[in-house]
Amino acid sequence: MSTTISNSFSRRAFLRTSSLAGGGMLIGFNLFTACKNEAKMPVDIASLNFNDFNAFIKIADNGMVTIYSPNPEIGQGVKTSMPMIIAEELDVPWDEVHVEQGILSTKDYTRQVAGGSQSIRHGWDALRQTGATAKQMLINAAAAKWGVDASECTASGGVITNAKGETLGYGDVVKEAAILEIPDEVALKDPKDYTIIGTDAGNVDIEKIVTGKPLFGLDYKTEGMVIASVLRPPSFGKKLESFDDSSVRKMEGVIDVIRFGDFKGGGDKIAVLANTTWQAMKAKEALSAEWSDGTPMESTSNHDKLLTDLLDGTSFNTLRKDGDVEKAFRNADQVVERTYGSPFLPHNCMEPMNFYADVSANKIHLVGPIQTPERTAARVAELLERNSEEVHLEMTRMGGGFGRRLYGDFVMEAAEISHLAKKPVKVVYSREDDMSAGIYRPAIKYRIKAALKDGKISGYHLKEASINSNMYGLIPNFFPAGALENYQVDVAKYDSNITTGAWRAPYTNFLSFAEQSFFDEIAETLEIDPVQMRLDMLQKVKGTTDERIQYSAERMEDVINLAVEKSGYGNPKDGVYQGFCAYYCHNTHVAEVADVLIENNEPVVKKVIVAVDCGIVVNPLGALNQIEGGVVDGVGHAMYGNFTFKDGAPEMNNYDRYRLIRMKEAPKVETHFVKNTLSPTGLGEPTLPPAGAAVSIAMKKATGNRMYRQPFVENMVEKEIIG
Amino acid sequence: MPTYTLKINGEDRSVDVSSDTPLLWALRDHIGLVGTKYGCGIGQCGACNVHVDGNAIQSCLVPVAQMEGKEITTIEGLSEDGTHPVQEAWKEVDVPQCGYCQAGQIMTASSFLDKNPNPTEDEIKSAMHGNICRCAAYNRIQKAVALAAEKIAK
Ligand code: FES
Ligand code: FES
Repeated sequence: MSTTISNSFSRRAFLRTSSLAGGGMLIGFNLFTACKNEAKMPVDIASLNFNDFNAFIKIADNGMVTIYSPNPEIGQGVKTSMPMIIAEELDVPWDEVHVEQGILSTKDYTRQVAGGSQSIRHGWDALRQTGATAKQMLINAAAAKWGVDASECTASGGVITNAKGETLGYGDVVKEAAILEIPDEVALKDPKDYTIIGTDAGNVDIEKIVTGKPLFGLDYKTEGMVIASVLRPPSFGKKLESFDDSSVRKMEGVIDVIRFGDFKGGGDKIAVLANTTWQAMKAKEALSAEWSDGTPMESTSNHDKLLTDLLDGTSFNTLRKDGDVEKAFRNADQVVERTYGSPFLPHNCMEPMNFYADVSANKIHLVGPIQTPERTAARVAELLERNSEEVHLEMTRMGGGFGRRLYGDFVMEAAEISHLAKKPVKVVYSREDDMSAGIYRPAIKYRIKAALKDGKISGYHLKEASINSNMYGLIPNFFPAGALENYQVDVAKYDSNITTGAWRAPYTNFLSFAEQSFFDEIAETLEIDPVQMRLDMLQKVKGTTDERIQYSAERMEDVINLAVEKSGYGNPKDGVYQGFCAYYCHNTHVAEVADVLIENNEPVVKKVIVAVDCGIVVNPLGALNQIEGGVVDGVGHAMYGNFTFKDGAPEMNNYDRYRLIRMKEAPKVETHFVKNTLSPTGLGEPTLPPAGAAVSIAMKKATGNRMYRQPFVENMVEKEIIG
Repeated sequence: MPTYTLKINGEDRSVDVSSDTPLLWALRDHIGLVGTKYGCGIGQCGACNVHVDGNAIQSCLVPVAQMEGKEITTIEGLSEDGTHPVQEAWKEVDVPQCGYCQAGQIMTASSFLDKNPNPTEDEIKSAMHGNICRCAAYNRIQKAVALAAEKIAK
């Protein structure tokens, strides 16, 4: 069984083919767009042009398949899922497909970004069509060789068979296939017939990881490379006045001390260059510098007040408004209002930020872990006022991303230092540097107000007060948008000189906790079952014509019912307290039930049961790993993540004072998938946001305390009841 | 700079470093064994764990000067070909996400299982508590340690 689909994409040339000089067929394709008209297919592997194509597939004349893709790997298993999809449609055995990381050599590059759980979702159609198209071309070539009609031939496991039972391997016909016309129509497999998609595939780098082979940016080394450790302003807002490097220059291994940061010989940072990492770090510590206060030095206590003032004020931006919430409040039987607060969070990638740069007269060579290679390469060219064609950016494996490696600040530092020092340089952050020169998840407050009438929510008003930026995109249209007559989302922000940015599941990572805890409290107030309340609310969303509503009431019902069934929600075992949460973000529907026990007078999160609808699960082994990680990460940051500022400086800069979840605190995660044949959606993020909410609700049942603030260990209870 | 002779993975290696250089950086920058990772530098994360005379220790905390005459094993020397039962279990369970913390996890687990080949779930959790995994692959780490114990018993 297969579905023939018109390859409209290919007529717009999202893929091209060529025959390789050394033998074999090469297919270049784009995941998300058509190829540019002038895009030329290379005829040897050394000149793969990733500015014109996202990825290439080589089918060698021995039948071996190699995928060249510069798509970064940050623990999301993209290097596994993408080739699985290709192998499925191309019909070759999975173990004959190899993946090689490509090198990005220029600027305008389409979405080579590992963020937003998007890689698989965006690539799904293009990857399937590329595989199927290549297979069809191989069949066509074999049919021509035999002088039979292509429709009489079938292909499987890398072998083409005709009606008489004669066979040809893919490798036998690549030469002919490479010069054929790209077919207009190709048949895609029916998901029922998948033999590779849906099977477990391990991490492609597993052998290297468990034997300690060099893989990460921090492991990269070239002849003559020096290490740069950077002294940055101790507080956000401080400026460098002066520094004395005379004694530091005499320290062992120190090569140079360079002020930088504005690319004009000035700036607020000082790089200490040394032969080895230890020498560079030690010398940087010994450096003495004078700093002046530029802008006001911010502290968590004043952020708290500023955010509260914003919520109390009137200067909001309205992101969505349905009906009339004010009227609903006036007509309500009861009004409930709650405020929820979260701290800043650092990303704390296990591998601290680092990057290699070798800026020379005619080439800029950059190597390291980055999630946004194309944007970063372009910015480096701009910074150094160089032609973007000179920039070669090579990605290494990343020791975690979580959003931090979307930002190329550390790459710019490496490039500027290498330019000034005229040497190949690797910038290496210490953990302290990494935590105190972060681009943090901003502190946020939500205030939610609901009108209750006749046992239902008749009005819902959510206000967000955040630092530097607010929720964006479709977030204001997530549940309960569409489920309520009167609904409004307002946002306001305060501009800070503390740098902030995306952190795993931006905004929803905390919004989910606020909203879902609020629903639980509303259900409690109305004396109705919180799960049933959500199911009832979803009815109104069914059949919506509002295009901004992208979650599906039916898919939400499925995950809710599955989570309830698998967790025994409603009938917990003795001594088990359960918290329920259902959430949609990053195109994936998730419901979670947390089991909390009291052990030694302390609430302990024992288990989290997760129901996920992410469409077709391409690689269950990898998917489960991401889901487990997302849930435990969500529990960990909700429980312990606390990052505060005093006088512009973070009050914690290493793991002695900043607490991350560890083995003994990690709950067991039990995952159940909703089985369907819908297009796959990402899993890097969506299981994190519901976790904190499910835990807080279970904790309320276990201890009687409701959480309004993260982290829960601080257990500060704020209650405001109006009406 | 003084010269120290270190016995690493069964071989004598000499390094010219200042006496306060942590073993971690001697391994990574001087000897070229980069499997041992830097995570915090203050003994809090376990990414840098190696075996010294069979015990898992944080190589970021011990200066090279104290390491002479000791048997040091790094992830690269845990087995000839990646077939130590702990490595095998790690592959079978497909533990790593980003993978950065895993060498440290494996070194902690292997020294622990040497001493306690038949651990309970709680003992595994306590033994691994010092190793942070920022990707939070804790469920699989626990499972892989238990599986490795089974493999060792066979
Ligand atoms: S780097 Fe040694 S314990 Fe973290
Ligand atoms: S796998 Fe990423 S830190 Fe453990």
